[in-house]
Amino acid sequence: MVAFAGWEMPVQYKGLIEEHLTVRSAAGIFDVSHMGEIEVSGSNAHAFVQRIATNDVDRVGDGQCQYTLLCYPDGGVVDDTIVYRFGADRFLFCVNASNADKVYDWFNKNNTEGALIEDQSANYAQIALQGPNAADVLGPLLDVMPAEIKHFHFVMALVAGAEAMVSRTGYTGEDGFEIYLEPRDAVKVWGALIEVGGPYGISPIGLGARDTLRLEMGYPLYGHEISEKLTPIEAGLNKYVRLDKKGFIGKDALKRQAGLGVDKTLIGFKMLDPGIPRENYEIRCNGKKAGWVTSGTMSPSLKTGIGMGYVETGCKGGNIPFDAGIEIVIRNRQAKAKTCRPPFYTIKRGMSPLARPA
Amino acid sequence: MEFPKDLKYTKEHEWVRLDGTIATVGITDYAQDSLGDVVYVELPPEGGAVTKNEPFGVVESVKAVSDLYSPVSGSVAEVNDAIVDSPEAINEDPYGDAWMIKVEISGKGDLSDLMTAEDYQKFIEEEK
Repeated sequence: MVAFAGWEMPVQYKGLIEEHLTVRSAAGIFDVSHMGEIEVSGSNAHAFVQRIATNDVDRVGDGQCQYTLLCYPDGGVVDDTIVYRFGADRFLFCVNASNADKVYDWFNKNNTEGALIEDQSANYAQIALQGPNAADVLGPLLDVMPAEIKHFHFVMALVAGAEAMVSRTGYTGEDGFEIYLEPRDAVKVWGALIEVGGPYGISPIGLGARDTLRLEMGYPLYGHEISEKLTPIEAGLNKYVRLDKKGFIGKDALKRQAGLGVDKTLIGFKMLDPGIPRENYEIRCNGKKAGWVTSGTMSPSLKTGIGMGYVETGCKGGNIPFDAGIEIVIRNRQAKAKTCRPPFYTIKRGMSPLARPA
Repeated sequence: MEFPKDLKYTKEHEWVRLDGTIATVGITDYAQDSLGDVVYVELPPEGGAVTKNEPFGVVESVKAVSDLYSPVSGSVAEVNDAIVDSPEAINEDPYGDAWMIKVEISGKGDLSDLMTAEDYQKFIEEEK
């Protein structure tokens, strides 16, 4: 167990690699109750959301969710979130635990529309169910058919008799669901999922595998790939920044970056030499310092070192994003790597591997 | 968790076994368990020098990087290349197949400052 944003979090249960591969091949459940939930409601909620978030929430309908970013006027990121659209007068933002207070304050500070803003984090427990068997596990416990919940849609439903909001979302790239519950129901529902999931190979999954699973998909993690100092344009998240949308916070700065280009850009890379890239290791192009690693690991699926990092756009690898040779400095030694386009791992299923469509 | 009585232990969680002038070195059951799945090992070349209490290599799990500290000074007589290819052996058999290096020790080979199995078990109880 480790302490994180005021929570005691399990890093691993049985073992990180085994847990990781269980999610890729069967099903895993994650206690992600630490995630924050900020609700925005009232007749001015829609106008507020359109001005505070970079994506266009009118690109989704009621009952759908959307990946979006909250930015400062200079383009730096307050947080990246999933927004749940109940209607034009009600939205729920699922935010990173460590940013929940910051987002709540940011919303209040910028609430010129007078929307009702409530921190609901204490009222939700959250269980993520992920993996190719996720729908088979959830089906018997759910009062609707899992097939009725389409990718990036959500429903209010009963799970093992408990009222819940269930979305077809996740942070692993696999098919799966995120289940928002009243905290008092969480233990019961967790137990029911473990029981029904037994024949489907279900296992509890810790934070360690959550990180390697997201990294194999090339998903950004706040504080690593994006931060107050790293913008969505630098991180290559352009499709979640709707520059055609009228005034939103950060638009001018992001439009400038998108038009004039950026000094540094996020790349993915795979190791060619032995070694595991780690956060803050130096990236070199032709032996010259060009940037730093933001996240790195040994990929349990690929059994090779993978990572993401920023490189100056002027160097080789910056303007040639894929298949360029770069070097990662591991303990004063240059190890060869090549840039590539995430995801690093291809999901084995029929559905789109994109967990975050528009 | 096992702590064989015929070994000596360091505060950095290495074990050492002395046979004449050859010291065999590895990491403890507690160390492998704390690290989790070991996926990478870096060891010194044969013939290289190691110094007591100084790093001689690196062991990495998926999440963490840890230096390996030598319990003795001397020159590396043999390196266990098998664990470089199969680092998971360190989780499976830390005192057996997954020994790391054998050192031809310089000096008298006095291990009296290292911990016995009993002392080490007390030490990790306190560290927890």
